[in-house]
Amino acid sequence: MASIDIRNVRKNFGIVSVLHGVDLSIKNGEFVVLVGPSGCGKSTLLRMIAGLEEVTEGEIRIDGKRVNERAPKDRDIAMVFQSYALYPHMNVAENMSYGLRIRKAAREKITAAVSNAARKLELQPLLARRPKALSGGQRQRVAMGRAIVRQPKAFLFDEPLSNLDARLREQMRAEIKKLHRDLGATSIYVTHDQIEAMTLADRIVAMHEGVVQQVGSPLELYDRPANLFVAGFIGSPAMNFLSARYEVSGETAGARLPDGTLIALSSAYQLEEGAAVTLGIRPEHVEMSPASEGSLRATVDLIEPTGFGIILHLGLHGLPFNVFTLDRAALTAGPTVTVAFPPQHLHLFDETGKRALESSLQKGKG
Amino acid sequence: MNSYSIFGTALHRLAILCYVVFALFPLFWLLKVSVTPNDLLYSEGVRMWPSRMSFEHFRFVLVHSAFPVFFRNSMIVAGATAVIVTLLASLSGYALSRFTFRGKYWLVALMLLTQMFPLVMLVAPIFKMLSPLGLTNSLTGLVVVYTAFNIPFATFLMQSFFDGIPKELEEAAKIDGATQFMAFRQIILPLTLPGIAATLGFVFTAAWSELLFALMLISGNSAATFPVGLLTFVSKFSVDFGQMMAAGVLALIPACLFFLFIQRYLVQGLTAGAVKG
Repeated sequence: MASIDIRNVRKNFGIVSVLHGVDLSIKNGEFVVLVGPSGCGKSTLLRMIAGLEEVTEGEIRIDGKRVNERAPKDRDIAMVFQSYALYPHMNVAENMSYGLRIRKAAREKITAAVSNAARKLELQPLLARRPKALSGGQRQRVAMGRAIVRQPKAFLFDEPLSNLDARLREQMRAEIKKLHRDLGATSIYVTHDQIEAMTLADRIVAMHEGVVQQVGSPLELYDRPANLFVAGFIGSPAMNFLSARYEVSGETAGARLPDGTLIALSSAYQLEEGAAVTLGIRPEHVEMSPASEGSLRATVDLIEPTGFGIILHLGLHGLPFNVFTLDRAALTAGPTVTVAFPPQHLHLFDETGKRALESSLQKGKG
Repeated sequence: MNSYSIFGTALHRLAILCYVVFALFPLFWLLKVSVTPNDLLYSEGVRMWPSRMSFEHFRFVLVHSAFPVFFRNSMIVAGATAVIVTLLASLSGYALSRFTFRGKYWLVALMLLTQMFPLVMLVAPIFKMLSPLGLTNSLTGLVVVYTAFNIPFATFLMQSFFDGIPKELEEAAKIDGATQFMAFRQIILPLTLPGIAATLGFVFTAAWSELLFALMLISGNSAATFPVGLLTFVSKFSVDFGQMMAAGVLALIPACLFFLFIQRYLVQGLTAGAVKG
């Protein structure tokens, strides 16, 4: 097992720059998830760690040793591909043992390692089969088996569950988490699925357009998103955003919506009076209440029951706005409802999209 | 199955049957003439099968003509060409499929360009070039010429097969600890066997039946290949059809054996299961 250090890593494909200086330290045994929309550079970063892409600038260290110039085979890492990439002309046992065989490991050691991994992944009955005789989930297991047989320094996962159906994905997600708990191996996992990121990660690295947006624990990203991108990306259904102006009057700070409604904030922020801000609130934090001060009327466009709860698609001054509630009374809501925003659940972002810094009320006044 | 689809299927099968008959009839005629005794060849009119069969033409061709020599020469030339071309084309096809390098575009354009000239145009210059090198009237010369002419097409053929193999397989092998060449030899090459078989077959038959250059570069019987040898059955005053057809039937045998041998590799689907399809 090993630590991985990424220092100011950049990547250009010709004149196109896809990574603009990434810094990241991954501790020994940590499970880090790189998450972001497609094209954000997360897979490129993973492939650079694997040695499949050259590093344009910066440095990658595995266990403190610079690996920029090392071939993938000399980095002692394992990778699970989205497409599984099993060798079609080898059976499951041969697929899993390929890495050990070309390293000329002793036969007894290979047999022991393969049967050990097969037991962990429940692959024993399939060892003699070719990949084409396996189901998607079984292929995925073999791909993981191939990775763990060698006991590498680190595991890299490149969207390993994207090709599975929803049920199997949930099951495999739990298995990956269990596997990590059992092996304690340093793991880097790339996904565009924020649920996978939230459930698996010790730490999430949210990326967008080749730049790391925020690094933190899943709940940190959920509770205190560093900017509009992270706020909108983490959480489903996604966070609602409203533009407003920041106001401080006496003891209270608030955000004035274009229609004149003042939304109370729980604290003051280091912002100029009248500064343009974006107010964010998660659909599950919106309260449906009788009309009161600071509440808003919204039209009901669509009601989506999910079984567990209900998603209401509302129109707020013509803009889409979602509410998630567990109250089944919402099924018959409409044609208009009243919504209120609890101050402790509001997120405030400044003009540049960064999370606004809080300050005490007195300071904010000045 | 409704009547329409039965009718459609029948029509489809009939069309295939017509095509097969059309394609195989010349081969049948070849066989028929080869077993027809000389005295019946012109006296029986057009018949599907002679009233009396004889293998005298085969015996004559094998025992009394230079055919065994032509046959051996053709085997050497076609076999060597097929092996050399496939070996080189699999390497160059792999490079074109996987690597980006300076001048790749122009290299491909140049290779395409070589395919555009009618071969007749090139006979004289090639003779001029090979003559001082002592490569005329030699099997080596023929192998060199055939190899040169077949490599571009074979390269494109192999490239398309390599393109069909997911890049991730090699990447997985490299991460597993293989060098680029090991990944090529242990992972990619076994999966390209259908492509290699197809290329071998294509080049072998092309070299086996090539006449123009064989005729121009070879004089005399000692280095003549089989298609040139066939012409020896044409004399100034007559054509010995029986012997010519018997030689033709014999010449089919290695080609048939060759395809029988490679056909199991030609079967596609070997790569199924590598990646999610």
